[in-house]
Amino acid sequence: MKKREAVIVGVADVPLKDGRVAEPLSVLQVQARAARDALRDAGLSMRDVDGLLSTGMWGVPGPGQMPTLTLAEYFGIAPRFVDSTNIGGSAFEAFVAHAATAIETGRCEVALITYGSTQKSEKSRSLGGRPSVLTMQYETPWGMPTPVGGYAMAAMRHMHEYGTTSTHLAEIAVATRKWAQLNPAEMMRDPLSIEDVLGSPMISDPLHLLDSCLVTDGGGAIVMTTAENAKALGRTPVYVRGYGESNTHWTMVAMPDLTRLTAAEIAGREAFRMAGIGHDMIDVAQIYDSFTITVLLTLEALGFCKRGEGGAFVSGQRTAPGGAFPLNTSGGGLSCAHAGMLGIFLLIEAVRQLRGECGERQVQNARTALVHGTGGALSSGATCILSRS
Amino acid sequence: MYEKPLPVIDPESQPYWDALKQHRLLLKRCRACQRCHHYPRELCPHCHSDDVEWSQAAGGGHIYSYTVARRPAGPSFKPDTPYVVALVELDEGVRMMTNIVTLDVESLRIGQRVAVQFDDVTPDVTLPKFRPA
Ligand SMILES: [Zn+2]
Repeated sequence: MKKREAVIVGVADVPLKDGRVAEPLSVLQVQARAARDALRDAGLSMRDVDGLLSTGMWGVPGPGQMPTLTLAEYFGIAPRFVDSTNIGGSAFEAFVAHAATAIETGRCEVALITYGSTQKSEKSRSLGGRPSVLTMQYETPWGMPTPVGGYAMAAMRHMHEYGTTSTHLAEIAVATRKWAQLNPAEMMRDPLSIEDVLGSPMISDPLHLLDSCLVTDGGGAIVMTTAENAKALGRTPVYVRGYGESNTHWTMVAMPDLTRLTAAEIAGREAFRMAGIGHDMIDVAQIYDSFTITVLLTLEALGFCKRGEGGAFVSGQRTAPGGAFPLNTSGGGLSCAHAGMLGIFLLIEAVRQLRGECGERQVQNARTALVHGTGGALSSGATCILSRS
Repeated sequence: MYEKPLPVIDPESQPYWDALKQHRLLLKRCRACQRCHHYPRELCPHCHSDDVEWSQAAGGGHIYSYTVARRPAGPSFKPDTPYVVALVELDEGVRMMTNIVTLDVESLRIGQRVAVQFDDVTPDVTLPKFRPA
């Protein structure tokens, strides 16, 4: 019998206007619309779905505590395979991996991954710490702005050990904005200079306002099935060639080394090994950009450059349109949308790049994409390597 | 009235917070591998032994990393801005989340020596903080 091969066959995201869903919607409506559109993109319908993977920060306490129970009920399905692993924003890269395993072992035939947030419309985002219970009683009472403070301390330590500068970090924000300017769905399209980033208000030293992601609403969905099903549906499959994941901590005291993403090192190594390719085969990368420092640390952890050399790597607008390393081509979380958990949107952009649907921002001959999510407080990392053949 | 978040003390953390009220800083030390850890756990996070005991920290260390919070972690911290949140590495080899108490937030450096000081924020809770040594 031929081996079952998992592919991504449908993607969709919910249109935003100025960072908000275009009309007032509940977080369940947002996910239903994304699911409907992704299934339509796949040529499938909700009744075909027998695997459901989702997590989020909505409806807690309450229906969001068990999000796949709530969503399966709301969608009117009884899935054979579910996963609501919550490792933060990287959960969706892990979901692609988990769904691939489930599909390849016959646990399900059609997997639906959804995410939704209405945090901007609800004005629910703050820098307040987490409830001061259990492990967090040793962190929350001292008032670290969350999550920016943990990322700021990592940036500060990286600067101390390796001489990384705020200009290096600003290069990332500026390059990402240039991609955003090519994206018609884009929220932030005004030109941005390194001086603009350095001159923006300091939030948590050494991170400025423009080192930080946007706060937006958002909804997205991904449909996966077998390569054989995709062929029968007449759809262009995107193959899942490799994946890996890990996590090391949640409170900052337990992060093994603030200058290095141990979880991303493990995830990336595993993904490249499984895919059986080298870094030079990656045509386009989508890397979680909650903050500029997140990108720099991830590039090092995944081995695109040596430890400590992330600043030099991103210099000279290397990751901008026309640069040698196309990165976060939608405009990312820094300049496009960061709806609490960015991971699903990175995957959607990677699939669109591999299908050649990206118009002005299309990376020519994009055959292989790397997607890496980061969750928690630099806590978790999950990598997917996707290809169009 | 102290309005900032207070620790929700549980059976595992009770001895830690009780000692702080007496201005003593406790760590957990593992008898199997001789290493200390913080926060206190039932199993040593280094070697996973259950042979762990309380031991008192000397109170000295250095700044491993820090940030100056220009925006507060919620409204209760707003009057303190800008304030310093730091990870201090104690001489016993563990890191703690804390504040560096200083009037000059611009003067701090990674690697700088610091010493513990005890801030009795309520009758029941004393927070360990640090000042430049
Ligand atoms: Zn031990």
